[in-house]
Amino acid sequence: MDAALQKKLILSMANAMISHAEELTALDQAIGDGDHGLNMKRGFENVLEHVDATAAKPLPEALKAIGMALVMKVGGASGPLYGTLFMSLGKEIPPQPSLDDAARALGAAIEAVKARGKSDFGQKTMLDVLGPVHAAIADGASDLASTLPVIAAEAAEATAPLKAIRGRASFLGDRSIGHVDPGARSSALLVSAICSNFGV
Amino acid sequence: MPSRSNVGIVIVSHSRKVAEGAADMVRQMVGDSVPLATAGGNADGGLGTDVASIMTAIDHAWSESGVAILVDLGGAETNSEMAVEMMPEERRDRIVICNAPIVEGAVMAATEASGGSPLAVVRATAEELASA
Repeated sequence: MDAALQKKLILSMANAMISHAEELTALDQAIGDGDHGLNMKRGFENVLEHVDATAAKPLPEALKAIGMALVMKVGGASGPLYGTLFMSLGKEIPPQPSLDDAARALGAAIEAVKARGKSDFGQKTMLDVLGPVHAAIADGASDLASTLPVIAAEAAEATAPLKAIRGRASFLGDRSIGHVDPGARSSALLVSAICSNFGV
Repeated sequence: MPSRSNVGIVIVSHSRKVAEGAADMVRQMVGDSVPLATAGGNADGGLGTDVASIMTAIDHAWSESGVAILVDLGGAETNSEMAVEMMPEERRDRIVICNAPIVEGAVMAATEASGGSPLAVVRATAEELASA
């Protein structure tokens, strides 16, 4: 993957997190500690500071650098979770990935996030978005650039009726029901931001 | 100077005041007989936890006998696990995160450590509180 495309991808993701910071924070105020948007914004602002250097690295190293920045700057639980996602992707993906490579790397990264958060699908977390996105890529569905954002957005909305099992929202028990999970929403926004650089 | 042969204690809280308050209680119990450090709050000085400051705290409390970490809420545990994994490989096996209440766990772990107990015993003493 070339540096110009990598830079566009990083800018898209960072802009999505920064422009949706208030929305994510509002979601997190409903069922968490209300800092998800602010934390993600701080993390991706740091990523933006190094965008040219990061984009110039081979894809695996670029992903690891993004993951490290998120671990060190995001804080909260989402720092290590998103950091683990990007660092694992970097560890698993080749410099010039095919779609199969991407599916395999995302599958491995999802397993790493599960281990990091001691969580699984159906527990009202970012995994509930990453799972369906991974399945669509692995199935080799056509027109991914336009279908993945829809799949991700719907999967995020589908976390609303779930009861939180992991994270701060789990303290609320049944009161977590009826709210979209902030981590699921931020994952959907990232998927959408990435896809905006591909397709027609 | 703390005895560097005793297991070190790190207290990780979302609140800087909680971490420092728990450390005050530990100091009252064991003086400076164990290496002790805290990581409280996020990078902006607000409530939260922060991998970088946890890594720094582990360095400060480092002992060749190892370090026991006490945490409060979930993010403190997740961030502490991440911090441990990012430490040099030869140290990782000598750092444990205790499944124990943060204040009582820190005091009990430090008291055990001040007697020169090995890391596994320090951890077990703190974790007895979790099942009590």
